[in-house]
Amino acid sequence: MFLAPAIVLFLLFFALPIGYTGYLSLRRTKVSGLGLGKGSRQEVWAGADNLTAAVADGELWAGWSRVVGYGALVLVVMLGLALLFALLLDSAHVRLARFARIAIFLPYAVPGVVASLLWGFLYLPSLTPIGGIDFLGATAVTFSMANVAVWGGTGFNMLVLYTNLRAIPRSYYEAARIDGASELAIALRVKIPLLVPAIVLTTVFSLIATVQVFTEPTTLRPFSNTISSTWSPLMKVYRDAFVTGDLYSAAATSLVIAAVSLVVSFGFLRVVRGRAFGEVR
Amino acid sequence: MRTTRLALAALAVTLAAGCSSGGDAAPEPEAAAPTGPVTLTYWTWAPNMDKIAQVWNAANPGITVTVSKQAGGDDAAAKFLTAAKAGNAPDLVQAEYQHLPSFVAADAVADLAADTAAVKGEYAEGLWGLVTLGTEGVYAIPQDSGPMMLYYRKDLFEKYKIDVPKTWDEYAEAARTVHEADPKVYLGSFSSKDPGWFAGLAQQAGAQWWSISGDSWKVGIDDAATTRVAEFWGGLVAEGVIDDQPYFTPEWNKALNDGTQLSWPSAVWGPGVLESNAPDGKGKWGVAPLPQWTAGENHSGFWGGSSTAVSSGSKNRAAALKFATWLNTDPAALDLLVKEAFVYPAAGKGQTALGDPPAYFAESQPDFWQQAATIGTTARGFTFGPNVGVTYNAYKDGFDKALKDKAPFATAVKSMQDATVADMQKSGFTMAG
Repeated sequence: MFLAPAIVLFLLFFALPIGYTGYLSLRRTKVSGLGLGKGSRQEVWAGADNLTAAVADGELWAGWSRVVGYGALVLVVMLGLALLFALLLDSAHVRLARFARIAIFLPYAVPGVVASLLWGFLYLPSLTPIGGIDFLGATAVTFSMANVAVWGGTGFNMLVLYTNLRAIPRSYYEAARIDGASELAIALRVKIPLLVPAIVLTTVFSLIATVQVFTEPTTLRPFSNTISSTWSPLMKVYRDAFVTGDLYSAAATSLVIAAVSLVVSFGFLRVVRGRAFGEVR
Repeated sequence: MRTTRLALAALAVTLAAGCSSGGDAAPEPEAAAPTGPVTLTYWTWAPNMDKIAQVWNAANPGITVTVSKQAGGDDAAAKFLTAAKAGNAPDLVQAEYQHLPSFVAADAVADLAADTAAVKGEYAEGLWGLVTLGTEGVYAIPQDSGPMMLYYRKDLFEKYKIDVPKTWDEYAEAARTVHEADPKVYLGSFSSKDPGWFAGLAQQAGAQWWSISGDSWKVGIDDAATTRVAEFWGGLVAEGVIDDQPYFTPEWNKALNDGTQLSWPSAVWGPGVLESNAPDGKGKWGVAPLPQWTAGENHSGFWGGSSTAVSSGSKNRAAALKFATWLNTDPAALDLLVKEAFVYPAAGKGQTALGDPPAYFAESQPDFWQQAATIGTTARGFTFGPNVGVTYNAYKDGFDKALKDKAPFATAVKSMQDATVADMQKSGFTMAG
């Protein structure tokens, strides 16, 4: 019975909106005649039409493939850098550790839209201080966007990893040192294995964030010819709902996105579960 | 015990849901004479509209208008449609002509036909058609219009020894001359982000993107006129003599400001943009009619322009209409619109309120408003369809793709046509074969 408040909140703010989305995805508008004038537009049942159309939409899957490329870049570079910085900060010989920690974390405090605009201005050919590269060209644009995400996200992930590192008893390192391990060997053989749960956690967060990528491409879109209105799956939802006014297709596509992100994050957890948490299946 | 709590929770949720849906159904949108003082909300993005509303509020204590400043453009239309669907739309809304049909189709704006007979005479027939959509209804009061003209740098045209182009062929020649003289300099740019601009150029060429015949819609976006416009720009972009960066980007602003772009086919509201985006060009820009497709012709199109619509959910429709009528047809209000909101009023008598040229043009084009008025009479529009959002989005994606893939621009026009028709068929509009 102590669960009641939680259940109410869950129903109100979680189950209800999802249920409503599901309901909307089964509806569509039906126009008769010219569609002007009163009562010429009705909401009718569409059955699974919206869902099948969303699944069959080539643009959505093209969007997914773009996001996979972008996500692979972001995940590898961002988490790699975060791990590297965390290990460096944790090593015994670092100077200016506090300053470096804050400096690396600071970009996380910059809102995504602002970060994208800042970088957007740096990417524009006539404003950029770095000449010779068309940052918003067809090939470079994915890297340019990934760069914004990496810049903004590294600090947060580094902090998560770093705090986990600090929680490891120092005696482990001493033991390793007595056994003759170098700093590098300690990092690779002691610290990283102990960090795996934290790495898994940051990876899952980053995976979900990647599946939902929206801010960077949407903000950079007006600057460039190379980002379409359906560049990422979430942008397609936005376009359907608010640009072309088809809330029902948008609801159906949202469900597909939710399913994919569920499969991706749980799939990942399943694959790494044994290793990460020492559970035996 | 536990199940009782669950049942209670479920009941609470049902009640909450019930209440909210009950609230949706409550407002009776029938026009009723306002009893007692009423308050109206007005969504607009025109500058200083709150000051104009204050003038009204001071004179009409019974009807208080509260201005809520919006971001302009397509987002504003989407926001209004969403609000209307949710049942909390404002009483009055600034509606761009191209979005009005979507508002009408969504039943979001009221039909004012019964009370606007007196207003009709204030407007040119073509403009009035934009708020009736060619039907019996009247869905808004026209506020401003955006006849298109060519803005150009007088000093740099002299420097590069080019004349103001009278035809699009001359424009192409001038583009080549300029770019040859200095490869960093372009005569202008093709913007894949501004469907309204392209629609205006298509109107000039005589396109009819939508039309109503009897009880069915006809979509002709890929007609000969539009394809001709697209191929013209596509040719220049392929040649490399016209830039292809979108308008209103920092990049483009910089080009206008530092004189690496010499002209801009734009609308009568251009001075505001130039003043803020290219401050260094003050006193250097001139205006001329758009280049023509056939020498000796005299046509223009519309880019933008908006109207004041009353939302169908408004409980004070009569009061809202009264304000909208005052705002857009009263001489004092028109004077304020011109001076405070910098709009080019749609009402015929409003255009006489235009006296001094915009400060930006005071030196280089002192007869700015006379020019604008002359050009304004040559502008022709077309009926906008019920799914302009789809079409405009297809424009952006289609031309972006054509630029990226270096594909012929006619394919982009075709993709606009296909997307528009597919969307209308899916919704169930009656289409003419």
